[in-house]
Amino acid sequence: MLDKALIGGRRYWTWIFILLAIIGVAVLTYLKQFNEGLGITGLSRDVSWGLYIGQFTFLVGVAASAVMLVIPYYLHDFKKFGKIVILGEFLAIAAVTMCILFIFVDMGQPMRIMNVVLHPTPNSVMFWDSVVLAGYLGLNLVIGWTTLGADRKGVKPPQWVKPLIYLSVPWAVSIHTVTAFLYAGIPGRHFWLTAVMAARFLASAFSGGPALLIILALLVRKYTKFDPGYEPIQALGKIVTYAMFANVFLLGLEFFTAFYSNIPGHMHPFHYLYAGIEGHNKLVPLMWTSSIFAIAALVLLVVPSLRKNEKVLAFACVILFISLWIDKGFGLVIGGFVPNMFEGITEYWPTLPEAIITLGVWAIGTLVLTVLYKVAVSVREAA
Amino acid sequence: MSINRRQFLKIVGVSTAAGIGGAAVFNGLRNSGLEAAQTSPDPRTLTAKRWGFVVDMDKLKSEEDYQKCIDACHNIHNVPDLSSLPEEIRIRHEVKWIWTDNFERTFPTAPEDEYQNVELKEKRFFLFCNHCAQPACVRVCPTKATFKRKDGVVMQDMHRCIGCRFCMAACPFGARSFNWRDPRGKDGNGKPFIDPAKENKEYPTRMIGVVEKCTACTERLAKGMQPACAEVSNGAIVFGDLEDPNSEVRKIIAAKYTIRRKPELGTQPSIYYVIGGGEHA
Repeated sequence: MLDKALIGGRRYWTWIFILLAIIGVAVLTYLKQFNEGLGITGLSRDVSWGLYIGQFTFLVGVAASAVMLVIPYYLHDFKKFGKIVILGEFLAIAAVTMCILFIFVDMGQPMRIMNVVLHPTPNSVMFWDSVVLAGYLGLNLVIGWTTLGADRKGVKPPQWVKPLIYLSVPWAVSIHTVTAFLYAGIPGRHFWLTAVMAARFLASAFSGGPALLIILALLVRKYTKFDPGYEPIQALGKIVTYAMFANVFLLGLEFFTAFYSNIPGHMHPFHYLYAGIEGHNKLVPLMWTSSIFAIAALVLLVVPSLRKNEKVLAFACVILFISLWIDKGFGLVIGGFVPNMFEGITEYWPTLPEAIITLGVWAIGTLVLTVLYKVAVSVREAA
Repeated sequence: MSINRRQFLKIVGVSTAAGIGGAAVFNGLRNSGLEAAQTSPDPRTLTAKRWGFVVDMDKLKSEEDYQKCIDACHNIHNVPDLSSLPEEIRIRHEVKWIWTDNFERTFPTAPEDEYQNVELKEKRFFLFCNHCAQPACVRVCPTKATFKRKDGVVMQDMHRCIGCRFCMAACPFGARSFNWRDPRGKDGNGKPFIDPAKENKEYPTRMIGVVEKCTACTERLAKGMQPACAEVSNGAIVFGDLEDPNSEVRKIIAAKYTIRRKPELGTQPSIYYVIGGGEHA
């Protein structure tokens, strides 16, 4: 089926080469980081994780969100998702690929990555995270490829793939739960030490991921002959809305606990993120952008007449995605490190090389996604 | 074809298993030799059930009292000196095994008290790895590169560390440093971070991208010597076995008022600070 990705028009190839050019620049930048060390990033002794790990965390959510198509279609026989469920599964593959790459570029000694396998350590959440992520990548590759292959031949998918599909449902929940446990089990980092962390991760994943899917489905309709249909997109829109409300609610719970309890350590990260502490306020504009976008998106999504207009829906999804990207892909990680373990403040801001490498990983993910979607769309167009 | 695919796979499988088995026997033989060599430790080695420290703040008076401990540690362990870098970068990339800070930052979860004894407020406290009995860093490490020894010392294998920095996120005491730049490198003016004249050839330098911290001088314990900081501290840093009721550390802890950093987190730090009081207590 991969041969279908080799046949494309001028626009397709231009897009591929733009992505390859970005990837090329990013690879060169990464080589600089490889030689000179992570010192070329904005990271520090006090803020030892940043943009890379934030992107990793955010993308695990995007990957897990495929389950929002799989559950209605396979468990509730919601037939309207039949055409687009493959878009969700392929998005998961691209997202997990990016997750693995973000972990890789964040490592101080990337050549030792196999140590995680050579010295398996069950008490480390990171060990489990690598296990569930690799498993999820495998599941989606097998499921996506098999069902699409059957589709191409006009036959039903083989029976053996059904149990794998059912397995992928709890597995999707597990990847994001385990990722939340990376943070939520650490003593002494007040911002992360919260039992609702995994719940919040899932809520934001199940709104941000489907929001991205809506945008992608609309792009697919615009640029190809394959139409995902009006109703599936509307159904996704409702999922985005409910999940976003859950996410904002859970964030509200965090604010209540921190400020009503009046415990300094719990309030400080919120002060830093939303108001700044003693003039240290690099993240304040970003966090407020995230908040305003979240509320605006919710208003546009919750009013049925607005949501039913696809242009409004697309706009709402874009700002919602940006809102969650800031909140989870950046603020969440930095808020855990500022203030630091001594209640002092060292601020963090990504450097240009760090941003280029980040963009490069996104470009690789986009390339994977483009190729997979090209295959899927070609099969659908032929059907 | 004389054999079908199934038969072929069977043969390949069996012979692979046999090959691995053979290698295991060979390795087993070789390893037994190594273990025999390791069973006779240096008789001078200092041993304990749980090593710990007492930092007696009454005995730390001048800037020099602090600096000689820091220098002793950083010099013998080839800790890179980044002080020649611009301040903004130095703060971010700094590597330190032992350093000082004020009361508020050393004990950030101690009750805030604006009426606190001024002398205590302005005192400089020593900070280094707490060698916790329940270390969060060890719990999170995905490769066992950081681990707790039987004598309670939390150690770091810099050759296994993958540089994921999960331990830095997990340590509630900020005890861990990452090599953001090559510690064997030079600053912009060509000044090396480890002075070749001062470099201790007996102790390894580190490479880029690994985490390091205080190791309670295990290399010195193995030769029957006290940790370097304790040795030069004139009794301000006392090292001993916390599980031995007759050890000096236990006697001080029993007799004087001591506090530990962030005890509420349950990591059970092994550094006890004797604060104030002294003769007045």
